[in-house]
Amino acid sequence: MVGIVVVSHSQKIAEGAKELAHQMAPDAQIAAAGGMHNGEIGTDVAKITEAIQSVLSDDGVVIVVDLGSAIMSSEMAIEMIPDNKKIIIVDSPIIEGTIFGAVESTIGSPLEKVIEVLKAAKNYKKF
Amino acid sequence: MATKAEVLDFIRIYGDKMAEHRQELTDFDQAIGDGDHGINMNRGFKAVSEKLPTLGDKNIDDILKAVGMTLVSTVGGASGPLYGTAFMKAGTVLKGKEELSDQDVISAFEEGVGGIKFRGKAVQGEKTILDSMIPAIDAIKKSISEGNSMTVALEAGEKAAWEGVEYTKTIIATKGRASYLGERSIGHQDPGATSMAYLFQAAKEAAKKSGK
Repeated sequence: MVGIVVVSHSQKIAEGAKELAHQMAPDAQIAAAGGMHNGEIGTDVAKITEAIQSVLSDDGVVIVVDLGSAIMSSEMAIEMIPDNKKIIIVDSPIIEGTIFGAVESTIGSPLEKVIEVLKAAKNYKKF
Repeated sequence: MATKAEVLDFIRIYGDKMAEHRQELTDFDQAIGDGDHGINMNRGFKAVSEKLPTLGDKNIDDILKAVGMTLVSTVGGASGPLYGTAFMKAGTVLKGKEELSDQDVISAFEEGVGGIKFRGKAVQGEKTILDSMIPAIDAIKKSISEGNSMTVALEAGEKAAWEGVEYTKTIIATKGRASYLGERSIGHQDPGATSMAYLFQAAKEAAKKSGK
């Protein structure tokens, strides 16, 4: 199953997105990497690297980010992992992307399909 | 020639500067960014200074890599991956070194600036760290090529870095949070360029202290 890593400056946003997505797809492999190790606002390369490793499989991993250093820190975390070809940062709204990705991955969709769904979340009409 | 002790001293001095200028850097960042640059840099270098005593028996490359690794997990903002990449990349060209020639120092700075360009996908003139770092390195290279000592070269480097900081007041930010402000970013100096100017100041002071 494709894993999902939620990278936010806020631990609460990352945990919250995971919690919300698990409500719809309890079996989804989601890891929250929000905030610094002590819970302060920020992004932490070591924390993101651990999160990726916790949901990493041959099926791949998608990373959703909030903004700014979340992107650069995620890029560095990917570089820390030797076999990283299937670890992809996707430009997607963080909460909607986590939910859509959770649903898509648990029905067994391949990495490419999950990425496509995450990208499409950007144009999803709420009403 | 820079010894390992001087490199460690440089990192310590820079850490002290980040503590000393914490509020100032944060104020600059409040004007055009998310207002945490000083807080973040100080937090990162505080973690570095706690780590330094354990690095004394390492080679210079391992010291710089350890500094970089610490920064990327403790700074929290964009300056973490940027400064972290710079220190790690600088380390990669100094493999196994216990002391540095002038050329090694220049190579380390060049590799560092290359790392920042790569990580930030930025070029000079976008109101970033690069606007003080690139002129500083150019000035150092020029000074060394004219036969000056590294201390004299670093003095020229610091001067060029501060001129670069002044230049950032005149341009629009197109990278990072400040880019959301567009023209309103004019008139404000870039916090990242400022913290980078302090890095050259710290390097100069470390070189001066060693009396070379």
